[in-house]
Amino acid sequence: MKIIIGVLALQGAYQKHVDSLTMLGVESRLIRKTSELEQCCALILPGGESTTMSLLLQENGLHEAIKQFANEYPVMGVCAGLIMMASEVDDERITPLALVQFKALRNFYGRQLHSFTADIKLNFDDDTYRAPFIRAPDIEELSGDIQTLASYNDKAVMIGQGKHIAMSFHPELTDDTRIHAYWINQF
Amino acid sequence: MNPSNRPYTNSNNDDFKVKVGLAEMLKGGAIMDVTNADQAKIAEDAGACAVMALERIPSDIRRDGGVARMSDPDMIQKIKDTVSIPVMAKCRIGHFAEAQIIQALEVDFIDESEVLTPADEANHIYKKDFKVPFVCGATNLGEALRRIAEGAAMIRTKGEAGSGNIIEAVRHMRALQDEMKRLTTLGKEQLMSVAKEHGAPYDLVCYVAEHGKLPVPNFSAGGIATPADAALVRQLGAQAVFVGSGIFKSDDPAARAVSIVKATTHYDDPAVLLEVSRGLQPGMKGLAMSEIPQEERLAARGW
Repeated sequence: MKIIIGVLALQGAYQKHVDSLTMLGVESRLIRKTSELEQCCALILPGGESTTMSLLLQENGLHEAIKQFANEYPVMGVCAGLIMMASEVDDERITPLALVQFKALRNFYGRQLHSFTADIKLNFDDDTYRAPFIRAPDIEELSGDIQTLASYNDKAVMIGQGKHIAMSFHPELTDDTRIHAYWINQF
Repeated sequence: MNPSNRPYTNSNNDDFKVKVGLAEMLKGGAIMDVTNADQAKIAEDAGACAVMALERIPSDIRRDGGVARMSDPDMIQKIKDTVSIPVMAKCRIGHFAEAQIIQALEVDFIDESEVLTPADEANHIYKKDFKVPFVCGATNLGEALRRIAEGAAMIRTKGEAGSGNIIEAVRHMRALQDEMKRLTTLGKEQLMSVAKEHGAPYDLVCYVAEHGKLPVPNFSAGGIATPADAALVRQLGAQAVFVGSGIFKSDDPAARAVSIVKATTHYDDPAVLLEVSRGLQPGMKGLAMSEIPQEERLAARGW
């Protein structure tokens, strides 16, 4: 079967994910309306501004369509995309998709002045990963069946549940495709 | 490609990656000029991906004359306290002390902007000295590459701020795109001559010739007043839009802000553009370029 991965393209770093998938030789589609999901067998929710994304998701039925899609197909969420995957967010302006049972805290590490890169430990690879954190959120209150896939300073920064994964850092901003490759290999 | 050949996107350059990273997160969005906390709230609720805090919007700066400076830190602070999206603020061209103050205030992005009165005729700020990322205006490729060489993490074409007239934004975006396209057709032996012609660093000229794009995100500003304007510059290659006077000089800022956000996302879908263009109150009146004397044109500031 030919794999085509959808990348939600309402706002944010969607093109960077397309570039990462292209580096892996995987085909992708930009998703702005529900009909565009039909050809896809997985979906990436990129980083961007979660207030903007939450609002635009409510507009044309995408919110419900993605919830349905996630029942059957794998979803990967990055930063704002992680916030959208959470079951709870510390900001009432966000209506999350509740794809995975955890709580997201927005802008946990502070403003842009406190954005940083760090070597993080992956539990599926021996080598560390140089991860950019941009106004990153925090992952809290993980339900029992969630697996921590990477941590930084004893905090979970990448989690998995079934075929879904979510991370607070930005693999699409690096040339290191191990994170995307790990997810795709779980399909 | 050997990473050592691309200093501006070098994966070892963590600092630059984190700066450009935030610019990447703003793509596909609308960044709105706001002058107080109430306007900032309206912008955020409408789906703006960031706000630009400034004391007077460009059309009022144009009307009032005088010297336009960095905004009052307390005003910027109030806006920071009100919204959760990134907050940007402007400093004068070359005024690195204003930029230091804005950085100390922990603003997320600094705009070294031609909308304020320039502080230095010869020099722009050396932006690599700062940890907060900078956005700078450009009217053509050479100007964009000079700003990137100084450390800008985002370029916005200038347009003509406060005019409500899209013609200059289109001119600058077309100039930039045409020049980038031309570079991709040239032989390697021609690139030094191009660097001389554009007054641009040779290594950045080589980057553009190879990739057909800038090494940092490229947004559009100056004159966007309607959803159709936002869609136009997006189709011409802008990866996001700055909207200044266009929203809060219109008769229905909240509705117009939502429409411009949707038009920026669905820029190539005429059905959505039609829907969001319906039912808006009159936009800002705007100025024909013939009404703006050459010496009052903001895009000519900086080089």
